[in-house]
Amino acid sequence: MPEAKLSLRGVTKSFGKQAILRCIDLDVAEGEMICLIGASGSGKSTLLRCINQLEPVDDGNVWLDELDISAPGLDLAPIRRRIGIVFQSFNLFPHMTAMDNVLLAPRRVLNEEVQGLRLRAEEEFVRFGLALHKDKYPDQLSGGQQQRVAVIRALVMRPEIMLFDEITSALDPELVGEVLDVLRELRAEGMTMILATHEMGFARELADRVCFIDGGMIVEQGPPEELFNKPQVARTQEFLRTVLRN
Amino acid sequence: MVVAGVSTAIVVLSIVMLVPLAPGWEGVKTSFFNGEVFAKTLPKLLKAFLWDVAIFAWSVPLIFALGLAIALARAVRSPALFPLRIFGAAYVDIFRGVPVVLVIYLVGFGVPGLGLPRPWNSPYIWGTVALVLTYSAYIAEVLRGGIESIHASQRAAAICLGLSERDTMRYVILPQAIRRVIPANMNMLVALQKDVALLSFIGPVEILRQAGIFKSLLANFTPYVAAALIFLCVTVPATRYADYLMNRDRNARS
Repeated sequence: MPEAKLSLRGVTKSFGKQAILRCIDLDVAEGEMICLIGASGSGKSTLLRCINQLEPVDDGNVWLDELDISAPGLDLAPIRRRIGIVFQSFNLFPHMTAMDNVLLAPRRVLNEEVQGLRLRAEEEFVRFGLALHKDKYPDQLSGGQQQRVAVIRALVMRPEIMLFDEITSALDPELVGEVLDVLRELRAEGMTMILATHEMGFARELADRVCFIDGGMIVEQGPPEELFNKPQVARTQEFLRTVLRN
Repeated sequence: MVVAGVSTAIVVLSIVMLVPLAPGWEGVKTSFFNGEVFAKTLPKLLKAFLWDVAIFAWSVPLIFALGLAIALARAVRSPALFPLRIFGAAYVDIFRGVPVVLVIYLVGFGVPGLGLPRPWNSPYIWGTVALVLTYSAYIAEVLRGGIESIHASQRAAAICLGLSERDTMRYVILPQAIRRVIPANMNMLVALQKDVALLSFIGPVEILRQAGIFKSLLANFTPYVAAALIFLCVTVPATRYADYLMNRDRNARS
């Protein structure tokens, strides 16, 4: 049994005949920040969705601490609350205010009194610069604000790991910075994080390890300075040449 | 604007002038548009219409409760509950596929035929049951459409927070789905208000039945015209309101 906080062993996933993930092995230590880079359709998002079991794996195992969370027949709700995820398209609940979006799950799931919960949520709104927006509905917020609410919504569940699925890709360029700042803040706190991202500069600045994914496989991984400065595999070199040119 | 006004005026005028020239107009006028009969029967017809309103009023909550239950039965995801889905689908197929008036006949005459004691043989009860059976099938379909129109990412976001399937449906999917189908349901309610009159076939003396009694009594069809006008007073505003909701919805989404 692996020792890491989160371990993937031989994770394989297909949609129909299309193989999306081919035998992925990955260990994530507590407090580690991992960036997954790669072209669209390479399997980054599916990998994240297989980690929190939003997609069941076809083969292989996902271990969270000592628990094989990919085992069939498991009640997934208690596991999913330990792994927060933020999506590219925010996915806030449009019929609820920002605050209600944040409070819904902890109210239903956590054994915590509402007063304390609300206070905790309000602190998060202040911390991420949204104190004035907590009673607004999602369609009254900018993309960057919505995405920060989505992060808060995941954080109030006190997750042990956070997954970020290209969370800046749907944002206007001038709003990307405010969301990346949120990630910097979490990084400073020592949150265990896995990011699928196209922000190469950001990955280089903050990641402990960068994994280049292509064709459903981790082609190459390593510390960012190594991977970005002297990639070993031809496919990695080609990908980095293309994205860094733009 | 002007063209529309002029052309409407011409059409209306020609109808008003030409129809009375028809050979049977005098007869039609006395038997369908008799002012005296109209004034005499209107109060009692209005009173009978209260039955239509009452039957409508107590049917609506039952219809929505049963319709919601059927829609939820069809939306369950657990394989163990698959029979529930089949039941829901069969229910909707059957009661949407049979004309309302047939369900009313079968339930309204069939069940009391079992020799149930009063008050359980009342046509008001079994007529209501027939309406509820039919309309809950329609409402269930409308609701199911609403549930399926909520994007899968909403469900994903909810269950990723650790919410159960049940809480996800209750707090995330249903509130959005119901809001989205309000206009369609308004149209259903307009149709229901009219179909309440079909219960006249199995006994209740509501407005259509009352109009029929007057027709026989006075040998005059004017009560039917009066009944139609009473219905229009209710259904036209309701339809307009549904249209308004639907337009507002469309504008909000575009």
